[in-house]
Amino acid sequence: MDALLAVRARGITKCFGDVVALDGVDLDVTQGQIHGLVGPNGAGKTTLLGLLLGLAVADGGRLEILGTPVERALAVPDGVAGFVDGPGLYPSLTARQNLAALARLRGHDARTAGIDEVLDQVGLTDVADDKARGFSLGMRQRLGLAAALLTGPRLLVLDEPSNGLDPSGKRQVHRVLTRLAAAGTGVVVSSHRMDDLEALCSEVTILATGRVVFSGPLNKLAAENRELDYRVRTSDPRAARRLADDTDGIRVVEDTRTRQDAEVLVVRALVPALDELVAHLVRSGVAVRELAPVVSPLEAAFLALTEPQEDGR
Amino acid sequence: MTTAIAEDGVAVVRRVPLSRGYRFEVVKLVSQWRIRLLVLACWIAPALFVAGVGQQSTLPSDTLFGRWMHATGWAGPLVMLGFAGTWALPLLTSAVAGDVFAAEDRLGTWRHLLVAVRSPRGIFVAKSLASLTVILLLVAGLVCSSVIGGLASVGDQPLVGLDGHLLTPGDAAGRVVLAWLCALAPTLALTALGLLGSVALGRSPMGLLLPPLVALGMQVAQMLPLPVAVRLALPGYAFISWNGLFTSPAQLAPLLIGVAVSLVWAVLATALAYLLFLRRDFTNLAYDGAGRRALTVGLLPPAALTAVTVAVVAVATPSTGSGIEQNKVQRSVATAFAHLYRLQTRQLHRPAVTEAKLRTTAACTKSDGQGAQEGAGNDWRCVVTWHLPDVAVAGTAVYQLDVASDGRFVADGDGPKEVNGYFLVRTPTGDAPNPLWQFDGNVELLDTTSKG
Repeated sequence: MDALLAVRARGITKCFGDVVALDGVDLDVTQGQIHGLVGPNGAGKTTLLGLLLGLAVADGGRLEILGTPVERALAVPDGVAGFVDGPGLYPSLTARQNLAALARLRGHDARTAGIDEVLDQVGLTDVADDKARGFSLGMRQRLGLAAALLTGPRLLVLDEPSNGLDPSGKRQVHRVLTRLAAAGTGVVVSSHRMDDLEALCSEVTILATGRVVFSGPLNKLAAENRELDYRVRTSDPRAARRLADDTDGIRVVEDTRTRQDAEVLVVRALVPALDELVAHLVRSGVAVRELAPVVSPLEAAFLALTEPQEDGR
Repeated sequence: MTTAIAEDGVAVVRRVPLSRGYRFEVVKLVSQWRIRLLVLACWIAPALFVAGVGQQSTLPSDTLFGRWMHATGWAGPLVMLGFAGTWALPLLTSAVAGDVFAAEDRLGTWRHLLVAVRSPRGIFVAKSLASLTVILLLVAGLVCSSVIGGLASVGDQPLVGLDGHLLTPGDAAGRVVLAWLCALAPTLALTALGLLGSVALGRSPMGLLLPPLVALGMQVAQMLPLPVAVRLALPGYAFISWNGLFTSPAQLAPLLIGVAVSLVWAVLATALAYLLFLRRDFTNLAYDGAGRRALTVGLLPPAALTAVTVAVVAVATPSTGSGIEQNKVQRSVATAFAHLYRLQTRQLHRPAVTEAKLRTTAACTKSDGQGAQEGAGNDWRCVVTWHLPDVAVAGTAVYQLDVASDGRFVADGDGPKEVNGYFLVRTPTGDAPNPLWQFDGNVELLDTTSKG
């Protein structure tokens, strides 16, 4: 048993009648890590998150949370918090009352439970005394996060925490999660927003039809996998195109999204070939003003690993 | 805000104590404007109603004790109890217990609650106790408010019982409280049915409607000419049988049977709700009630319980008929008349006379003596005969009786005018309501109480 592991799952299976929701899933989440969980709808993400929160118990396999084997439902150890399918809030209570009720439920004095601090962390201080009934989806998400923070979690499990968040709210949530992870909390985040996960996570697990199709660091996903499309904006597009055609492993592709922009070239390449193209451009005196993947490595991997039949590349 | 960690560094599993879960549920319930409104209504409206009616010239004489609302403040809480048993308590239990589980379905908060509390058993007990607390608060409001309204507007006067005997204010107070306590038993049964509906039918409005529907069904059943054993075996009978506390001697057997049946129903419905709740799959977001299981688990055991209680009551009490028999009607009318005659005698400042000296008897026939002389109906006619000391000729008075199938009757005086034919009597201090003109009474359906 690794003391640093917040989650250790081996061969987890879970069925609902004839439907196999999880099929031999392995998952390791170390403490202090933000781990992303990606997969198409019906891949088993919510089921897996439910197991981590103790809402259900696996039919097979072994699950350890914070070093404690979980063998029956609702038997996860203290220190696990989060939500699946949206946060549970009571609309007739204010934001502060929701948190106070939760704090008292856990045996804390509502006055000293740190309610103001967590409301401040998620940016809801101004609406602390408003009924949750009038909250937008983003505010509800943030209040749900505040409720989870209130418990001082050592493992935080969040399902689509960025749903409905505006850019400022998203940044606030990211800041909270990053700070929490830095303090040693293991965080498992499920999301369909690849940009979110790339910004937050050090490792991801991709699920498809209940199975793990990739699990590991994000950079490994980019390096070990397939060619990606990159946008290259240069000072001399014509010269850049010629150099791209001359570089081994580089293909220039037509991209409808960049066709209107004459300065942009879209190339398909592995990372080493791309490095070589950049070197050629620089040596030829062509300034590189922008270089970015058209589709993020995570999204590309997600599409490739979960929908291989549609990948025409 | 600390996580419990054992000495070996392994986190421990800790459940939330029941007291905290209970408090959490109470907070959630009383934060709802609907519940706050109900609490406010139950603590204010009865007082206003009783005080208001007490000032009106027309009284709700079709409601038990309604015709005495001018005479004593203790009639108001009993009128309120009759109304509550029919309407208020089924609706209140529905609004509180019938929604306490379904609300979590509606809000999508089950997973949040389970993660926080970690014990479905704990959640069930906490929710049930919280609902019960709020319902008791509402019932307490109905009692206190109607008592305060009655005493403030009319006063602490003696109450005329259901057999015409006079209860002192202290005795009346005790029996009013006892009657409301007895009504708690069917209220508990409705509460448990509300919990069952809320668990079994999820966010479906049928769950919310279960207590009023059951209460309505029971009221309709009580209006039908059912055998006494069936009548007593229904959980709503205690909403009627509290009437027996206001006779002398009190008709305790039907009251105790009604209370016992209600409590058995409360236990059974709560147990069924508990079993359904524990079997629920909380990972299924599409859950919308226990479906077919709700029908088998929710309907078959209550049906079986009804059959068993009917059989037990039928065996324990020889009461398979209507319970409304000629001799019982005659005895009830004669007893009530004798008590009320004394009241009229006092009003008229005539020499006092006791019931024993009056030697009152009643000769009652149904349908002019045609057909079976038993059962409910408005075709009962009674001729009451009484004797006055030192008067050779016996007095007679005629009453038309409307006897309901639950044993309650209204006797309507048919003359002579000086005795019971007019709604007023002329007293030395002016006209006063004639207690013999119309009066309520009841026929004890069981043959267990000693003759009064």
